[in-house]
Amino acid sequence: MKHESWKGFTEGIWQDEINVRDFIQKNYVEYKGDGAFLATATKRTKDLMDKVQELFAKERKNGGVLNVDTETVSSLTSYEPGYVDKENELIVGIQTGSPLTRGVNPFGGMRMVRQACQAYGYKVSDKIEEEFSYRTTHNEGVFRAYTEEMRKARSSHVITGLPDAYGRGRIIGDYRRVALYGVDRLIEEKIKDKKNLADSDFDAETIRLDEEIYKQIDFLGKLREMAAMHGFDISEPAKNAKEAIQWTYFGYLAAIKEQNGAAMSLGRVSTFFDIYFERDLALGVLTEEGAQELMDDFVIKLRLARHLRTPEYNELFGGDPMWITEAVGGMGEDGRTLVTKNSFRMLNTLYTLGSSPEPNLTILWSNQLPEHFKRFCAKVSADTDSIQYENDDLMRPIYGDDYAIACCVSAMKIGKQMQFFGARCNLAKLLLIAINGGYDTSSNIHIGPQLPVMEGEKLDYDEVVKRFDTYIAWVSRLYVNTMNIIHYMHDKYAYEKIQMALHDTKVERLMAFGVAGLSVVADSLSAIKYAKVRPLKNEEGFITGFETEGEFPKYGNDDDRVDLLAKDTTHKMITELRKTKTYRNAIHTLSVLTITSNVMYGKNTGATPDGRENSAPFAPGANPMHNREENGALASLNSVAKISYDDCRDGISNTFSITPEALGRTEDERITNLVAILDGYFAKKAHHINVNVLNRETLMKAYENPEDYPNLTIRVSGYAVNFGKLSKEQQREVISRTFHEAI
Amino acid sequence: MKDVKGRVHSIQSMGTLDGPGVRFVVFLQGCCLRCKCCHNPDTWDIQSGVEYTPKQLVDKALRFREYFAEEGGITLSGGEPLLQAEFAYEVFRLCHKNGINTCLDTSGVRLDDDIKKLLLETDRVLLDIKYTDDALYEENVGCSYKLPLAFLDYLDKQKIVTTIRQVIIPGYNDNKENIDRLKNLADSHKCVDKIELLPFKKICQTKYDNMNIEFPFADVPTPDKKKMDELNNML
Repeated sequence: MKHESWKGFTEGIWQDEINVRDFIQKNYVEYKGDGAFLATATKRTKDLMDKVQELFAKERKNGGVLNVDTETVSSLTSYEPGYVDKENELIVGIQTGSPLTRGVNPFGGMRMVRQACQAYGYKVSDKIEEEFSYRTTHNEGVFRAYTEEMRKARSSHVITGLPDAYGRGRIIGDYRRVALYGVDRLIEEKIKDKKNLADSDFDAETIRLDEEIYKQIDFLGKLREMAAMHGFDISEPAKNAKEAIQWTYFGYLAAIKEQNGAAMSLGRVSTFFDIYFERDLALGVLTEEGAQELMDDFVIKLRLARHLRTPEYNELFGGDPMWITEAVGGMGEDGRTLVTKNSFRMLNTLYTLGSSPEPNLTILWSNQLPEHFKRFCAKVSADTDSIQYENDDLMRPIYGDDYAIACCVSAMKIGKQMQFFGARCNLAKLLLIAINGGYDTSSNIHIGPQLPVMEGEKLDYDEVVKRFDTYIAWVSRLYVNTMNIIHYMHDKYAYEKIQMALHDTKVERLMAFGVAGLSVVADSLSAIKYAKVRPLKNEEGFITGFETEGEFPKYGNDDDRVDLLAKDTTHKMITELRKTKTYRNAIHTLSVLTITSNVMYGKNTGATPDGRENSAPFAPGANPMHNREENGALASLNSVAKISYDDCRDGISNTFSITPEALGRTEDERITNLVAILDGYFAKKAHHINVNVLNRETLMKAYENPEDYPNLTIRVSGYAVNFGKLSKEQQREVISRTFHEAI
Repeated sequence: MKDVKGRVHSIQSMGTLDGPGVRFVVFLQGCCLRCKCCHNPDTWDIQSGVEYTPKQLVDKALRFREYFAEEGGITLSGGEPLLQAEFAYEVFRLCHKNGINTCLDTSGVRLDDDIKKLLLETDRVLLDIKYTDDALYEENVGCSYKLPLAFLDYLDKQKIVTTIRQVIIPGYNDNKENIDRLKNLADSHKCVDKIELLPFKKICQTKYDNMNIEFPFADVPTPDKKKMDELNNML
């Protein structure tokens, strides 16, 4: 198949089938140079960004939400097109009728919408209330099916953060398809797929898929209509770079109008766009300045994206992130790097527009990346604290070279895999429940197998492990079953029509489980094994405290005696999870990621044998507990690197804070050393790292005088946040974390 | 291999300030000097610390080799590593066997056969020239300034790449004359490729407090950034 818009592109099978990867591989030009070619922000960009900053300031002043449209149900065509500054925008389209006005999206759950509106002084309109009184939401569906035990697991917080009240998220549409093929072609292909189903045996799965394709086609039509409302005909492929970005952005915009999933990630668009940029630059119809301007405008749109959340949600996650994750860099299967000039331009937006948590820029790091790009990334990290790194050498053999990251650390093949997101199990709490024989002393709930409270003057390691294994097995089965209900209901009542339309029809599904409190568990097991831990009972005979005598090795010091306890725990967990069948035969995966909720998880968890006090925060993700590291930063990285990605295919998050002084004396040294640290860490087969290069003093000043630091961005667990949007408690926790300092 | 054990005060797995690149820095126990500006009084006693065989220590360092890149490696610091020259030699020899760059952070106040042997396995010396004035050196270090000078001459003769380092202490060596003398030292010794000035710091006060001894320089101010920049610009 040929198309006028593809003129100048190298031909390939991408023309005959939907295959963006093939298009990229046949057409992109790798770039190994440095960032000297980059342009700065134009006056237009600066003026537009000033307007956006004003809106952000107004939003902050207004308590975090600027406005809510309570009359309209958010969808692709339900709002008139909105603009920030119509004449001066290069890429158009916002979620609702006006910038930062939040839409109401009740398909995931009405309750949360009501609560959120109420919290900000709004009320859902009678019209929407009426309309949804005749509909079932995902949330209602789930609670119809939840068993008593599932409800208990939820209210005791042993399994927590389940996506049962709003959109599940973590699905990445291949938004590039809109640009490369145009909507008509995408519809045509889906119609073919639907026809091909006709010969199947029509079992439940086939019928479900058949109806889903119908919905996908319907929403592709709506996508075309949405673009038309903005004055664009996207039925045909994009003709130039500007259109490629606009078409792709329409795809993404449609997704965030339709779905309010927790993480609405973007994918991997930078190098795809580069092909269009290179063509336009060669034709002389675009300048470098113009190319940067288009990227800037696109990123401004992403920074304006918002969902309506409750204040509790914002408190949990530090503002209202959308995890608009864009994967940048990486290597191709043929050994060429996927770094292009546009990879630099994407990172350059942190300079042209200032640092920002969104989009969540994620470097796919390989030891083979061009040296100049590595150094540029390290510089951006040191300057902005806004990017994270994930191990391309670890993921590429599994996902190929056209995968992206959903949310923080969840890899998936773009357009070929999707994820059933499932939050996490609080393992530290589970250990306490095990020791107490099925009783949670924090919530006073009896849950799980009912056994006697552990006896004895000293906790016996072998007995504790045996107990813990029993409860891991119990919770794993419960966890899978709970997730099965959630995702069955989400598919039934809040199916992601446009995002799944931008996937292959035959999609592979991953079911992502998670654990929190891993370092607490590792250190607790280590204390029980290597020191003497005496359980302390309350009046009712439950263990609520521990007296630990003697030294024990602590996770974070590159000491196998304890690090392997952490590794074994994740291995046990995924092994047990795999024993229960998943909905739609999804592949079980596991993450060690807490986002900022490590503070909340800690709050709901009693004192632990490692010496952590009742309600004290956990370390985030797979991080060692704060200030238990005795041999410096690399020893801590080595500990985390031991957790196997084979067990934790949904990602292992580590957050690393270092003062500039501790990285080296000069900027050049700091960059060289940071590159060496990243190379080393990933050579150890580690999966992910957030890098913050900053002083504790800066954070303390921002804690005291937040108004002086409106744009201070820091990486937390798997994403970045605006420091000022964290709760005071989270801010204190971040400040108390281990900062690797120069002595 | 000779059965020699060393005493280690502590290990910093991510050293970026003691030698080029990312380094595994081992602070050895024991020091023969009692510099008034000392920031590691807890390393003085050669009897304390944790005992390691050279192999144990190098095995530990090898766990970090992925981070060393082209420039990094191991640094033996202290305390005064020359007090454990035999041990240090074995450590460096094993490092070289494994292709790891070696760096010795020393005051250079001793030079005997064991030390000369150690220097054969040393890729770079960080030579701490505490003062460039005989009287100040005697007064605040406790031995003759001739000792580090002799050491430097030897390094030059052996062509061992050297960084001259000095802690800048206001009122003692924060002046042009001192910097000029450092530059002369560097100019007259081809082995010197770099001079590093380090600001005097007082975060060690708590160490002195814990040890219940007086920090002789407790009342000496720390140099500000402007002063450091000014001196660095003279280099």
